[in-house]
Amino acid sequence: MTKTKDALRQRELTINMGPQHPATHGVLRLVLEIDGETVIKCTPYVGYLHRGTEKLCENRTYLSAMPLMDRLDYISSMANDVGYCVAVERLLGIEPPERAKFIRTMMCEMTRISSHILWLGTHALDIGAMTVFLYSFREREWIMDLFEMVCGARLTVSFPRIGGIRNDVSQEFLDSLYKFAEEFPSRIIEYETLIDQNRIWLQRTKGIGVISAEEAVNWGFTGPTLRGSGVDYDVRKYMPYDAYEQVDFDVPVGKEGDVYDRYRCRMEEMRQSVRIIKQCIEKLPKGPIMTPDAPKFTLPPKDKVLKDMEAMIHHFVMLTKGPLTAPVGEIYSSTEVPKGELGFYIVSDGSGRPYRMRLRSPSFVHVSALPRLCVGSLVADVIANIGTIDVVLGECDR
Amino acid sequence: MIDLIRIHTGDIIFNILIILVKTAVVFGVAMLHVAYATYFERKIIGHMQVRLGPMRVGYHGLLQPIADGVKAFFKEDIIPLNADKPVFIIAPLIAMFATISSLAVIPFFDGFVIADINVGILFLLAMSSLGAYGIVMAGWASNSKFSFLGGLRSSAQVVSYEIAMGLSLVGIMLMAGSLNLTEIVKAQQQYWHGMFLVPQFLAFFIFTVGAFAETNRTPFDLPEAESELVAGYFVEYSGMRFAFFFLAEYVGMIVMSSISVICFWGGWTLPPIIVNTFPFLGEIPGIIIFLLKVYCYLFLFYWVRATLPRYRYDQLMSLGWKVLIPLALLNIVATSLIKFFF
Amino acid sequence: MNPLSIAQTIQDKFPKEVKEIVEFRKQVSVIIQRDRAKEILAFLYFNKDFNFDYLVDLCGVDYMGQKKPRFEVVYNLFSMKHRHFFRVRVEVDEDTQDAPDNLSVDTVTDIWRGADWHERECFDLFGIRFKGHPDLRRILMPEDWEGYPLRKDYPLKSDLGDMEWQEYKDLIEFSEKAKQYEVR
Repeated sequence: MTKTKDALRQRELTINMGPQHPATHGVLRLVLEIDGETVIKCTPYVGYLHRGTEKLCENRTYLSAMPLMDRLDYISSMANDVGYCVAVERLLGIEPPERAKFIRTMMCEMTRISSHILWLGTHALDIGAMTVFLYSFREREWIMDLFEMVCGARLTVSFPRIGGIRNDVSQEFLDSLYKFAEEFPSRIIEYETLIDQNRIWLQRTKGIGVISAEEAVNWGFTGPTLRGSGVDYDVRKYMPYDAYEQVDFDVPVGKEGDVYDRYRCRMEEMRQSVRIIKQCIEKLPKGPIMTPDAPKFTLPPKDKVLKDMEAMIHHFVMLTKGPLTAPVGEIYSSTEVPKGELGFYIVSDGSGRPYRMRLRSPSFVHVSALPRLCVGSLVADVIANIGTIDVVLGECDR
Repeated sequence: MIDLIRIHTGDIIFNILIILVKTAVVFGVAMLHVAYATYFERKIIGHMQVRLGPMRVGYHGLLQPIADGVKAFFKEDIIPLNADKPVFIIAPLIAMFATISSLAVIPFFDGFVIADINVGILFLLAMSSLGAYGIVMAGWASNSKFSFLGGLRSSAQVVSYEIAMGLSLVGIMLMAGSLNLTEIVKAQQQYWHGMFLVPQFLAFFIFTVGAFAETNRTPFDLPEAESELVAGYFVEYSGMRFAFFFLAEYVGMIVMSSISVICFWGGWTLPPIIVNTFPFLGEIPGIIIFLLKVYCYLFLFYWVRATLPRYRYDQLMSLGWKVLIPLALLNIVATSLIKFFF
Repeated sequence: MNPLSIAQTIQDKFPKEVKEIVEFRKQVSVIIQRDRAKEILAFLYFNKDFNFDYLVDLCGVDYMGQKKPRFEVVYNLFSMKHRHFFRVRVEVDEDTQDAPDNLSVDTVTDIWRGADWHERECFDLFGIRFKGHPDLRRILMPEDWEGYPLRKDYPLKSDLGDMEWQEYKDLIEFSEKAKQYEVR
């Protein structure tokens, strides 16, 4: 009798979604307990991509830690690099020249577009709209080509430097970028015609994964994920870095805080990015690309290194020991990367290496809130929620 | 007396031979169509998605389906350790044979049908719901939670959409006064437009939605939703067994298109108004007209797949029960009333 | 609100706890003692003038050999309403024989939900325990990992031999075994 009872007992089905799963965008693992199709418990597991970036940074000079930043959020590496450089510059108390600032801003916004395009494609693919994915990759390819044009790399760029940028941009590049900026808004409209008014898309996204403004702030959401809930918080506005003070742009915010509003926010952000890129090209000043008034912290120009003894020694010391006169102190500096607020908390003990480098990654915080978004919804909504927080596990696991 | 029996047996053997030949022809042609249906799907969706589709094997990838078939055939057959082995093996066969046997009652052109039975429509409906058993069994037997969910979704989906689809065809039966598919085609010839599509547009809409759900195509591809359930019920299948499911899906699509063409688009005939205006069009062989119509309908499948996102499970259910079934019932009532009074 | 005046207010209210006020590059942080840390943080959250509703970041720092309470838990706070930034550094000491519960702080997950995973990470990488945390497990490292990688005495690279992580050893063993199936 007890045996039959045991056999007939209702149990929740536990599914292990990931780390290899087409919709988890990398190596996110979710353990879902489902009753029918309703999720009653969701436990995210991260760490499959943990490479110990924070520990590695402590053992590298400020400059040589840069390539690690590329590999945090590998689809928006330029924004991470810029964020890192801004943080170190604030620590060292130096300021890049105007031209470098504008170029960096331009690059950041290109990264934002490329990241949002990739997000749009994969998010739509998760919900089942396959065509958007391929359309969006067409434009992503274009941006990748532009990146290749300016620094030779497509994905892991390592383009900015502490106190400036690696190399100047050519007029040819600026022309192609301007052409892209002219053309791109029509492509956004193309994506929107595919899904924006689609009834199934609206049914799948409206009212899903709703989070109120207060709660989103309390969870520590940032970026478009927060702004979808209607909080007007953008690091570019409240603590401007690079040339964001000198360009004009709006911060789109949503109302409901559901998947659809976050989608709308990101679409609008792409338009704003195009605006910023155009302004950057128009306002781009002439001048040096590396800050000349802080020779103790920046690398000397390459052509000088080959001729001048002093410059060569300086180059050697900078690369092997780092900036020896770094101040003692600690700084938290954040930048707005496509996923949200990427923060660097650097503790310096005066040596050429950071004493402690803490990376505050937006994806990490967003993934932690997945149970809050998913519990009570259906399995299909879990997929929509993973898509909407725009998680990149390289950044989450660091 | 003996002679008589001989004549009779001769006739029977002759008839059996004829049926066998017909079956072989239909099977062979259908398989070829399935192979090239996949090719056209990839090409059409490819061009809709600003890419080219298969280009490497043969001229513009024309031999791609054959290469795929050879690959599937020679792949290692993997059966999971904890799978329910007999069910696991039977499931793809059920799915495939259920859909392929539907081809037996479909008249491809005037007089060409393997089994001209009087309950053709019922047979088709029965077979298409039998195919769902294959999916449910596959989901159960694989001993995988993802395929289990896929199987569950499929059974729920079939239960709700079968009804709507069956009810939508009742209007056709009422108008044609027969369940025989050949009779249905002939019944459409008495109208100037030559299609039940015109008076039965509502039924056609319901049937189309139902057909998409029956064949597990986007936007109703929940049983195999790749981003949610990885591949749904055939997660654990590989090689030939996977190819069986694949075949079943595409034969299912062709069968559904054929039903739609026969019941709504006038089968192998052209509308009388066109034939009367341009008499030379009447000379076109029926099979060509039939196939062209089937291709148009198949194109609809591909077009929708490239356009629409996927429904959610509960939305799918509510669409089926709250919209389609009431509409189908309304259609039946309206058709009966019109038929009764006029 | 000027961050220095925030620090001043805290010092006035909790004179015993606040050890030091540090300013560097216009960022102000207060270094406080562990015992009433949560009270101070809650004060910063609930006080209308401060209203630090957004916990930007929570992390640990290991000052091995640099200063006496070895660890610090750093809270970076931001107020969405007033748009000001502030940092609280809580000093935590190592566990000792007579004080086995030294290396722990009260959790702030009931104030900021977002602190949940940050605290887990801090526990994972530094071994700092958070009292009252709902689910204090390792997060980035495997569950059966030994040691706390971000501590300064944790080697960056070493040949561990038998001390190697068990699962890694299993993996090596398995790959050796799997070599027999390799197609040559």
